[in-house]
Parts: sequence; structure tokens; C-alpha cells
Amino acid sequence: MIHEITTTPAQKDGVLIQINHLTKVYQLGEVDVHALRGVSINVSRGEFVAIMGASGSGKSTFMNILGCLDKPTKGDYFLEGIDVSRLTRDELAAIRNLKIGFVFQGFNLLSRTSALENVELPLFYCSISNKLRKSRAIAAIERVGLGDRIHHYPNQLSGGQQQRVAIARALVNDPSIILADEPTGNLDSRTSVEVMGIFQELNNNGITVILVTHEPDIAQFAKRHIVFRDGKIKSDKFNPNPRIASEVLKELPMIDEEEEAA
Amino acid sequence: MKTLNILLSAFRALQRNKMRSFLTMLGIIIGVGAVIAMLAIGQGAEFSVKQQIAALGTNVLMVYPGAQQQAGVRTAAGSAVTLTEDDALAISRECPAVRYLSPGSGAGGQVIAGNLNWSTGIQGVGNDYLEIRQWPIEYGEFFTDQDVKAAAKVCVLGRTVADNLFPETSAVEQTVRIRNVPFKVVGVLTKKGQNANGQDQDDLILAPYSTVIRRLTHWPNLRSILISANSLAEMTTAQKQVTEVLRMRHKIQPYDADDFTVRNQTDLAATATATTEILTILLASIASVSLLVGGIGIMNIMLVSVTERTREIGIRMSIGARSRDILTQFLIEALVLSLLGGITGIILGTVGSSVISSIAKWPTIITPFSVFLSFGFSIAIGIFFGFYPARKAAMLNPIDALRYE
Repeated sequence: MIHEITTTPAQKDGVLIQINHLTKVYQLGEVDVHALRGVSINVSRGEFVAIMGASGSGKSTFMNILGCLDKPTKGDYFLEGIDVSRLTRDELAAIRNLKIGFVFQGFNLLSRTSALENVELPLFYCSISNKLRKSRAIAAIERVGLGDRIHHYPNQLSGGQQQRVAIARALVNDPSIILADEPTGNLDSRTSVEVMGIFQELNNNGITVILVTHEPDIAQFAKRHIVFRDGKIKSDKFNPNPRIASEVLKELPMIDEEEEAA
Repeated sequence: MKTLNILLSAFRALQRNKMRSFLTMLGIIIGVGAVIAMLAIGQGAEFSVKQQIAALGTNVLMVYPGAQQQAGVRTAAGSAVTLTEDDALAISRECPAVRYLSPGSGAGGQVIAGNLNWSTGIQGVGNDYLEIRQWPIEYGEFFTDQDVKAAAKVCVLGRTVADNLFPETSAVEQTVRIRNVPFKVVGVLTKKGQNANGQDQDDLILAPYSTVIRRLTHWPNLRSILISANSLAEMTTAQKQVTEVLRMRHKIQPYDADDFTVRNQTDLAATATATTEILTILLASIASVSLLVGGIGIMNIMLVSVTERTREIGIRMSIGARSRDILTQFLIEALVLSLLGGITGIILGTVGSSVISSIAKWPTIITPFSVFLSFGFSIAIGIFFGFYPARKAAMLNPIDALRYE
């Protein structure tokens, strides 16, 4: 396994992500679609960023590049000082494995595979002993409050619980960033707040979270708002008063007693 | 990803679709089973042919009067000097490579014992005949050198003759009348069964050749001389020595052809073995067609599986699986399918061929070679037909795979 990713000075001054003049052009037949038209952005360690924008604004493309699932047409992307826009397919896979944790709208858990095994999955792709793998997976599940459900299958878990398993999976390799793509899109409002609570808690413990959402309510939990429009950044503002999930939860009526007990 | 983990996850993936995995394996099971069974039948045939040739005796040379090639000018055997008792004695005296020798004469006729009678062949042989043929006596004993020298009226019955003439009692010490000459039965041979041509080898009576010549055929020439060489290695030497002695005794000029023929078993064996080998190859190649079809079945199912699990592949890629990991995963799944199928097929083929051999009374042999061959074949099929779908999975774009519905 080739995971010899070295750290650079950029890491020390707290800049985690450095993106310069990023463009992405898709070719659809004979038409060039400019999904990103020169995006520059810096994200420091420990930030909680919400990326917003209408569909077609380029935020999904940006997210894919940020998650090392796609490569930019032009521009640089340094993640912890590594120029990931120049890496090969396999090297990108290693970056995804060690530095990025994904949380998706549709949870994207493997069906007929227990919560524990789902969380263990990223560790299968890096060299780690079976024993350590199991203990780290259990620790990650306990961190999202599902220590009593480790052997449940996704179809035996509620949406909120599935998303927590997905978060545990994103956490298990101790990544530099957690990328959450519409993580509350399939959840009811209370569960959404609970999930945001988990993200806030992780963020308070120093994990960088980048969230893509089109719901302003959800974006309010983040500390920084970046709005995309037509492949460019329209605004980039700090949120002086983010909502605190634990406080919002107290005000919300308890409606899902049964679900939690399920 | 560690090999054991990949293997476990492959098993689990196959378990999720038990019926489909089983049906896919069935193609390989039937293919491998057919190859095993067909090879077993072919090799059984080969073995039984070889065994029947070996039953004629090892290191055996046969000397016949008359030339092998009968050119138009030359007269028929028997008109000139042919094999005689003295020739036989000279061979045993002068050929050091010859171990045993049995002069042969023969007659056919009706054999009577009490109120039963039986038509059979009477073979006049020497007292070393059973050593050459490697044919043990079951009851009683064989006649001795003394009996041969004295042309004693003694005989040994083949099992078929003994069963027909003495169905109730023991044949030993009884008297049979061959062409009205009374012979004392001194022994009964063990059962030898049919030969390669389906003839009953037990339907015969052995008597000293001297007695047969003097009492039955009244013709001094020998029909054949059966010789066994000291060892398989000395066969050629023995053949040369016998030819030399006979040429000298028959006063054959250096450029004239032999008036006798020395034949060995190896030629016969080679022909028969070649025939059965062709049979084996033919059967196995027909069976391997079904193995090929089984392999295509695996490829088909793996392709379906890759399409169905596109999302899973996307998830695995998003959390860090490299193309090579995905390739290995699907390749191992195909391999597990074909290997499990192969092992089951070997078991099924083994059981099947023993059923065939008990129903059809046909000997079947399963050699380690055929097991290894089928095993190797199923591994090769797994890799060959699993590679394309696995590669297809590994080459998927993670974003497209994740979005696949």
C-alpha cells in the first residue's frame, strides 16, 4: 500500500484546503458545459463550512472535486499541502481513504451488512490489523451514540440511525475533512437537527466539516456560508451566530419516541 | 485488503444470492463432473485393455510357424519344416535370455465326463505354461515335467469346463474322456474371465503338449511356442536369440526370409492403448464443452452482479477502494464460484463414475491427473470469465457509480 503522504508547512499554519482558480468543463456531445468557472477558496483546520447554491450552480461538481472523486480541468487543489489535482486514480483513492470522510444524502450503506461491518469498510482498504480495525470501528460507532446497535442491519435502523452509521464510517479513519452532501435531505426535521448536532459536536472536537445543502435552516448550523452561482462563488461569509443543535433540540417537541426505541 | 478478508466478503456476497450462486455453480459442477466421469470411463477402458494384455503374461514372446508376410511365391506354412518339439528344446537350451518356454499344440473336441459333455479346445502346453501366463491353479495342481516327458494322460480344466462337466462335485481326481482318450483331471484353473475380444478364457483344457501330439493330433509339428524372457529389458535379446537358433536349425540362408514368426505383446498393447487413448480424449473434449458453457454462465452472472452492485462499487470507491481492490473482489467472487463448483463437480463426477461402473459393469478410474486437470480448469475458467466483469467494475467512474440507481 502506498500511503506515504507527507505533511508540508501549509499544514502548520492551519490551512487545510487551498483552492486556486479551479475550473471544470464537461463535454456533453459538442457542447462544453462550464460547471466551475474559476473558484478560489481557503479552508482552515476546524472550520464548519456550508456550501449552498441552487441546482446547476456548480456546488456538486465542487464537492466531487473536493472529495477527490473528480479532477479539475484547470486550477490547483492542495489538501494538507498535497497537490491532489495531479494525483493518479489510485493515489486519489488513498487520499479518500485516509483524509476524507463522506456522508451522503441517501446514507449509502451496504445493505445486508451490519452497522459494524459498514463502519469497518474503509479500514479494509488500508493496512491495519483485524483487531485494531474492529476496536476503531466500535469506537466510531459509540461516538455517534449507536454502541447498542452495532450488529443491526441498515434495514433494521431508522433513517437517522443509518445516517449516524454513515457518519461513523466517515469518522473511522480519522479524516482531515468530513464532506457531507445533503446529509439531512432524507430526514425529518428533528432527526436533521440531531444529525447536525453530531456534526457540531465533531466540529467542536476539531474536525473540519464541509456541508453541502440547499436548506438555509440547516446551513445555519455552520460557521461559514459559501454560496455558489453559475459556477462561481457568489458570497463567502462567516456566520456570527450559528444555531446550536443541542439548544434547538430542547425546544423541539419529542415526536419520535418510538423510532428511537425501535 | 487482506486475502482472507476478500475471501470472506466474496463468500458473503455469494451467500446473499444463494439460488443464483448455486445455479451458476451448477454449470461448472456439471462441466467438471462430466470431465471427471468421462476421463474415468476412458481411463478405465485403457486400464482394462492393458490389464487384459498383461493377463496374457508379461515379457511374453510367441513363436508361430510360417512367415508373417505371405508373399505370393511362398507356399503355405506346414509344407516345409516348421516348429517342432526339438526346436523348442533347442531354444530352451541355447537362449540364455529365455526364462520359461512352453511348446504349444492344440486340438478341439468333445469332452465327456459321466453323462455330461462339453465342446472345448484342448491346448497342449509345457509345464511352465502357467508361469508364463501368470495363471494360478485354484484346486489341485498342475502337471509336472515328468508328466510332459512321459506324455501322461493328465489334464487341467478351465473354470468354465469344470463348471459344466462337474457342476456338483470337485473335478480333481475325476476322469474326462477327450476324443475317447481318458485323461485324469489333476487341477482346475482360477477364473480369468473374458479377454479383450470377449472370448471366454476359461473355456479350455490344458494337457501336456506331448500327450496332445501323441494321443490327439497325431501331428508332430507344434502350433506355437510360448516364451517368456528374463525381463522386459531382455525381450529384444530373447527375440534375437530365438530367431538365430531357429534360423540355424531350419538352415535358412542369410538372405532368405524366416519360415517362422516371433511376435511380442508390446505391439499389440501399443495398438490397443492408442485406441483407448483416443476414446478418452474424445470423451473429455466433449465434456469440456460443457465446462466452457459453465464458464460463460459465470461471466454472465458476474456481469449482472456488477451492474446490480454499481452503487456498492461507488460506495467502496468513495471510501478508498482502488481499482485493483474492486478488481480483486469481483475476480475472487468468480473464482470462489468456479472453485466451489469445481470441487463439487469432482465429488459428483467421482460418485457418478462409480455409479456408471456398477451399473454398466465398466471399469472407471479416477486418476490424480484428471482431478488436478479439472481443478486447474475450473480455476482457469474462474479467472478467464471473471476477469472481464471484474475489470468492468474496477473501471467504473466513482461519481457515476455512486449516483447509479
